Order: sequence, then structure tokens, then C-alpha cells
Amino acid sequence: MIVTHLSLRDFRNYAEAELELHGGTNLFIGRNGQGKTNLVESLVFLSTLSSHRVSGDQAMVRAGCEAAIVRTTFTHGDRELLAEVQINRSGTNRAQINRSAIRPRDLPWYVRTVLFAPEDLALVRGEPSGRRRFIDQLSMILAPRFSAVLADYERVLKQRNTLLKSLRGGLSAAQEQTLTIWDEKLISLGTEIIARRAVLVEQIRDPLRRAYAAVVDDDHEPTIDLSLSIDGYDVDADDTADRAANSAVPDSARIEAGFRAAMERRRRAERERGLTLVGPHRDDLLFGLNRLPVKGYASHGESWSFVLALKLATAELLRRDSDLGDPVLILDDVFAELDRQRRRRLAEAVTGFEQVLITAAVREDIPEELRAAPIFIRAGRVVDEDAVDV
Amino acid sequence: MYEGIVQDLIDEFSRLPGIGPKSAQRIAFHIVQTENLDVTRLAELLATVRENIKFCRICGNVSEQETCGICRDPRRDSTIICVVEESKDVAAIERTREFRGLYHVLGGAISPIDGIGPDDLSIQPLMQRLADASVTEVILATDPNLEGEATATYLTRLLTTLEIRVSRLASGLPVGGDLEYADEVTLGRAFEGRTTLR
Repeated sequence: MIVTHLSLRDFRNYAEAELELHGGTNLFIGRNGQGKTNLVESLVFLSTLSSHRVSGDQAMVRAGCEAAIVRTTFTHGDRELLAEVQINRSGTNRAQINRSAIRPRDLPWYVRTVLFAPEDLALVRGEPSGRRRFIDQLSMILAPRFSAVLADYERVLKQRNTLLKSLRGGLSAAQEQTLTIWDEKLISLGTEIIARRAVLVEQIRDPLRRAYAAVVDDDHEPTIDLSLSIDGYDVDADDTADRAANSAVPDSARIEAGFRAAMERRRRAERERGLTLVGPHRDDLLFGLNRLPVKGYASHGESWSFVLALKLATAELLRRDSDLGDPVLILDDVFAELDRQRRRRLAEAVTGFEQVLITAAVREDIPEELRAAPIFIRAGRVVDEDAVDV
Repeated sequence: MYEGIVQDLIDEFSRLPGIGPKSAQRIAFHIVQTENLDVTRLAELLATVRENIKFCRICGNVSEQETCGICRDPRRDSTIICVVEESKDVAAIERTREFRGLYHVLGGAISPIDGIGPDDLSIQPLMQRLADASVTEVILATDPNLEGEATATYLTRLLTTLEIRVSRLASGLPVGGDLEYADEVTLGRAFEGRTTLR
């Protein structure tokens, strides 16, 4: 897909902005705090319904305003579409495709982006929750129904945890019996989530290997595996080094049996702590390079290479999945984080995509092959070059 | 924040279900400012409704007498009991005029988050009613959400020991709607529960 027009109203620091974009590289130059990230963030929101910078939507509505609107025209081959989302300060957001209302959560199906940002380093270095969010978000784009499964799982988890907590005080036999009902719901929904993640991990392996080779020009054997709490992985133990990698794609029947057995094993601990200790909410993705975990072992540069490869692999998966064309690649301030060689290799890897949006504070950070005619941003406005000192 | 009694009134309204702080404020000012509003009648109604409305001794539905109109009606089929969460569900099913059996109101659904377990629901009275051999079918009409499903599952397990037909309301496509606008979960359920025509 190619975004041809982007229009913002009361989004972040933009009162109003109209922007013409084109296929290939689009470069946004502006000093820090002027609003170039806000521009691309609006597209990220349109395609994921979340921001890479904040968890709440309210921050995206310009101060003093009730609602922000992001509207974009884009093409899928010969077809032109208009997508719009209204972010309300209070109340639910609203979305449209070609001026007819759709549910916001269906937007990712039409508008697809892959974001590269400085925050991505947390994917390999940070907490498991970030990695779970990464894989689940990708699952939701590929299979929209999955978002309902995740939401139901979260709800069942909350119910079960509350019940476990209250059981610590000792409750009636009837109350105890209801636990088995939540057990069953947790197992059936959780099995679906684990199975879905396992399939996705399997699908991303080859693209990851190819993308990593493209970024570093060497084979460091990048790997991605699931660490399952139902197989004994414990998030709290943080035993990254001797974690059992689980490469085979398990079938649902095996996952379900394993889930049930693990729940039985941890039953006493769960009752004591009043907490659900097994399930996909306590799983992790294990990233490896040269047979060692990336977290804790890889250098800063290697970690970046891995993250870039992971994002490129994601883009490759989305490109393969859709007959609507490539996802739009968004490179938000990443070149400043990379050394010269990685910059050049990344530039080579992204040029094959239909459209690439790049933001940078200074033009010199951008490899030459990507230095298209830039759009200059200052104080929430698109301005002429001479208004910006770069 | 407003002064004293006005704020008290707003706080009291916002404690009611479905009323947020803004609605509470609007209602409070409507009461304070509207000149020909009969506040006494409203206050009296609130007081009498608490005194006079009882819950049916048999089914738990709201009623002005010991037993509700449906339980008293001899034309109703006493061999079928439809189990619902709330009195308002009874009203909804009654509007269909399709069901001629009796009801049983649980008073909610199992939801640990809200502190509701089986003991907080009218389940014992239901079991006592079913001990009477004349009942042949129980229809579980709890809400089609996680909590309603959990309640239905719990009841199904309790009822397996009794020789009674247990059924659950079907979920699927809304009548008069468009297939293309149904969400994936509803559509998935509709596939699961499809009926054979031939």
C-alpha cells in the first residue's frame, strides 16, 4: 500500500496539517520536539490502534480539544481508499473506511504499517510483556478474530485471580467448584493463544534468518522460540541462560494436556499466592544469537541488528499475507541509533518496499540512497527548508 | 465541587448504575432548578417502591405480592422453567410472547470480580423447585458473555444428577441483520450452532 495523503486535525501538536506523500522514500526532517514523530505516530495509530509512545489515547488529542482526527488516502494497487479514525478524549473512538463506519479494531486489516523506533530496543532488552505484546499484535493483524480471544482470556484471568485470592480466606464448597469452571475457560482460551503464537513463531523463523543476514552480512544463527509456562518456564526466575527452547510447533491437543497438567502441578502454589501461575500471560519469547540469548549476552550493536531483523521479518510476513501490497515501513529516528554500516544495510533492505517514511533530526544521519526530497517540520507545521536550520 | 447538600445529591445520583458524574450533575440541577417539578411525588415513589415491591417467593421476580403474576397464572406451563439472571430478562422474554412456561431469576451471574459466587445467587431455591418431579425441562437463558456462560456451565453440572432436559439458548446471527456486518465471534458461534435443513 502507498499512503498518498495524510490529514490531521488536533492530533498532538498539529492543529491542522495536510500532507501529500508518494511511493518510495518520504523523508521528514525537523529538530527534536517539532512534531515529526507525531506525524508518523498518527499513521501508526491508524494501523495498530495504539501508539509506540504512550499507552492511553488521550495524549494524542491536542491540549484543550475534545477529539483528534487522522484521515488518510492510500492505494492498494489501483484501488484508492480513504481511512479515518476519530480519537475521542472521552468515549470510544470511531473509524471509517470510504466514509462508512467500521469498528476501530478492523482498521489494522486495511492499513498496515511496520514501525522501527528507538523504543524497539526494549523488545530484546526489556520485560516479557513487551515481547508478548509484539507477537499478539502481529497475530491480531493477521487474524482479527484473535483480539476477541485475547480480550476474553484477560477477563477470565481477572475472574480466576480474584477467585483464587478470595479462596485464600477459605470459602464455600460451591465457590470452590466454580474454580474448575474458570480453569476450563482459561485452558481453552489459553490453548488457542499459545497455538496461535507457536504458528506465528514458526512462520517468522525463515524471514528472520534472511533479514538478519541482510542487516549484518553474516550468519549469527538468529533464533526465536517460545518459552512456555506450561512447560515449566518461570517469568519470575529470570533464568534466561538455561531456558529450554521449544522449537517444535505443538498441536492444540498437546498444549491443552500440558496446560491441564501444569495447572495441577501449580495448584497449591496458586492457592497460596492467589494468582494464576501458568498460561500464555506468563510466557515469553526467547531470542537467540549464536546459541546464546540476545538478552544479557548480545552487544548493543548486535541487539539492534536483531531488532531490525525482527521488524524486517514482520514486514516480510505482512507482505506475504496480504494481496493488498506491502505494509508501509516507518523508520522513526532509528538511523541516529545505528552505526554507519548498519545504516547502509538497513537502507538497502527497506528500499524494496512500496513506501518508506523516515524521520530524522539531521539529514546527514540518513544514508545517501534514502535522501529523497525532504519535508521540513517546525512547531507542528510543514515549512519551507529555509525555516529550518539543518 | 459544589457546596454541601448539592454535592451530596450529585454523589448520591452518581452511585446509581449507568449514571456517571456528568449525568448526576445534570439530574441534580434539573431537580434544583425546574420550577414545576413535583419532588414530593418522586420522593414518595422512591420510598413506597422500596416498601411495597417484594421478590416472588417462588421465582425471585419482582412482584407486588408474595408471588408474582406469572407464578400465579394457572395457564402457564409449570413443566418448563427458564433460568435468567435478572428480572429485566423476564420482561424481555415475556415481550416475545413465545414462552409459556415459568421463570427462575438468579439475581446475577457468577463473577468473582464483583464478589458474586454461587451462594449469592438463588440456586438453592431453584434446586428445591426442581426436586418437584413435574418439571421436565430447564432452559438456561443467562447472558451469552463469559460470566453468563460460567453460570450456565455451573448449573449444568448441578443438574446432571437430575433426570431433566437441560437446554441453552442459541447464539448466532441477529434477525433482520446483514451477515457481512456480524462480528467474527458471533459468526463463528452461528456456524457452530447451525441447524440442518435437510
